[in-house]
Amino acid sequence: MARTNPGNPAAVIRPGKPLSRRIKDNWQMYLLLLIPVVLTLIYKYIPMYGIQIAFRDFKASQGYTGSDWVGLYWFKRFFSSPTCLRMIKNTVLISLYSLLWSFPIPIILSLMINQLRHNRFKRVVQTVLYAPHFISVMVVCGMLRIFLSPSGGLINLIFGTSIDFLTESSAFRTIYIASGIWQDAGWGCIIYLATLANVDPGLYEAAKVDGASVFQRIKNIDLPELLPMAVLNLIMAAGGLMNVGFEKVWLLQTDLNKATSDVIAVYVYQQGIEHAKYSYSTAVGLFNTVVNIALLLIVNKIASKASDVEFV
Amino acid sequence: MKKASGLSERTSDIILIVICTAVLLLVAYPLYYVVVASFSDPYEVYAGKTFLFPSGFTLDGYKAVFLNDGIVSGFLNSVKYTVIGTVFSVVMLYITAYPMAQRDLPGRKALSIFFLITMYFGGGLVPTYLVVKQTHLVGSMWALFLPGGVAVGNMIIVRNYFQNSIPRDLVEAAQIDGCSKFRTFVSVVIPLSMPILAVMVVFSMVAYWNDWFTALIYLGGKGSPLPLVMRNILIKSSATASQASTISGGYAELNKLTELLKFCSMIVAALPMLIVYPFVQKYFEKGFMAGAVKG
Repeated sequence: MARTNPGNPAAVIRPGKPLSRRIKDNWQMYLLLLIPVVLTLIYKYIPMYGIQIAFRDFKASQGYTGSDWVGLYWFKRFFSSPTCLRMIKNTVLISLYSLLWSFPIPIILSLMINQLRHNRFKRVVQTVLYAPHFISVMVVCGMLRIFLSPSGGLINLIFGTSIDFLTESSAFRTIYIASGIWQDAGWGCIIYLATLANVDPGLYEAAKVDGASVFQRIKNIDLPELLPMAVLNLIMAAGGLMNVGFEKVWLLQTDLNKATSDVIAVYVYQQGIEHAKYSYSTAVGLFNTVVNIALLLIVNKIASKASDVEFV
Repeated sequence: MKKASGLSERTSDIILIVICTAVLLLVAYPLYYVVVASFSDPYEVYAGKTFLFPSGFTLDGYKAVFLNDGIVSGFLNSVKYTVIGTVFSVVMLYITAYPMAQRDLPGRKALSIFFLITMYFGGGLVPTYLVVKQTHLVGSMWALFLPGGVAVGNMIIVRNYFQNSIPRDLVEAAQIDGCSKFRTFVSVVIPLSMPILAVMVVFSMVAYWNDWFTALIYLGGKGSPLPLVMRNILIKSSATASQASTISGGYAELNKLTELLKFCSMIVAALPMLIVYPFVQKYFEKGFMAGAVKG
């Protein structure tokens, strides 16, 4: 759209200026960028350099490069730890099921909201659906703990039972995913609703004249319009498949539901920050990141073949 | 005009409204329930008497919130972090996004990649922690702002907004009139970017207001923000009302207050952001759309 516009004289003249002139023209811009670049270098790139401690026996006194090189020692230790497989499995399953449920729901919701013709009602629906997104995970987990309590919790009151859901490992994934949908499905609609708002109203009119029903209009106009954005979101989500959020799991974990709630992110935190096993925790985190990037690249490849969207 | 196949417009409209209302209630009810419970006697709440309206109406919980030193100082800390953090983050976003929106900026592509990489790859928890420690930020509130200072995803949205939604004629007119790029930024671009500014301010506010993980790692227990204070109230204390009711006298009263405090503190923590976001809601879609179009 807004790429170099041949009718725009400035766009034609500027590239003709010599480089030194262009740098001089932009000195203020470089000055503005100075702080962001320095911050990014220090807090994003130096930690990347610091990843090497995953292959070393890091001692603060010896620094990154002075500590002994131990090769894959920490990785071997992780893979041979008794809970390793369980953590990988839990991490993958929680994200996979989350993805399966939380990917389609915003699409369905936005298709419905988009069809609402009463504007005031539409706005109310949107406002309410967005609300949980603005609430802290801490509050959401507090609510969950109260609602799921065996004595007097809302869920048990409704069903007349007294189950302690948070001690049931079979219930953990459902709790995690359902609350995630409650919190973010509405928010996930925004980008789809914005896309649908750009559909040419003439298309709907024409479809109506041709006698297309609501479902035919959704299927033939709305869905194709949403597809590129949906693929993009899917790629993003697939790349985060190993990124089970630390916060919610940590707040909902109990000793009794660990069989399904034990995930890599929590382990990285416990080993790294609580027990100060810096090298070991970094190695586990690195393993997680590498799997993520591999997934992202694979899905991107598949998706770019399936449609015209390329992301990375 | 052919006859519509399947359901008529009217029927499908009604079905749609019914489904949407159901979804609406499903999302809103848990929040409504917490509001009702925060005004009720916790024993009545846990006995299932407050599905729709408060039972045993009381304001004791909110009184307790204002008398609870932890919650009050947590609230004030959160306000402080949110205000400073938001100003800092939005300034960072703007001073990054504007230069990145200059098509004639030499090195723009390399800088773009420089920022984008950090979206997909990072050092991870411990290496980042170590850098924060080495730069002597552990225990300081700046640990909450500096490491995440440049939010690259938001920066791209703002950059695209600058490129696509600020009329170029105005920018060029200003430059022909002799405005420097910086002057154009301050007097033309910023005033014209209010919708996206509003959205970014709200995003930053919400992120800082709700954050507790960064505070947990870096603050070392000092100056805890509200959500972290609430962790002790919500997650750690797990004495339930039924357990409390078996204990007589003052202890039962205390437990009652503990339970009430849970509901009231959740309302106090959630309310500020729930009040703020509807004001900029109309800009969300526009902002995202302008930001999503590749420039």
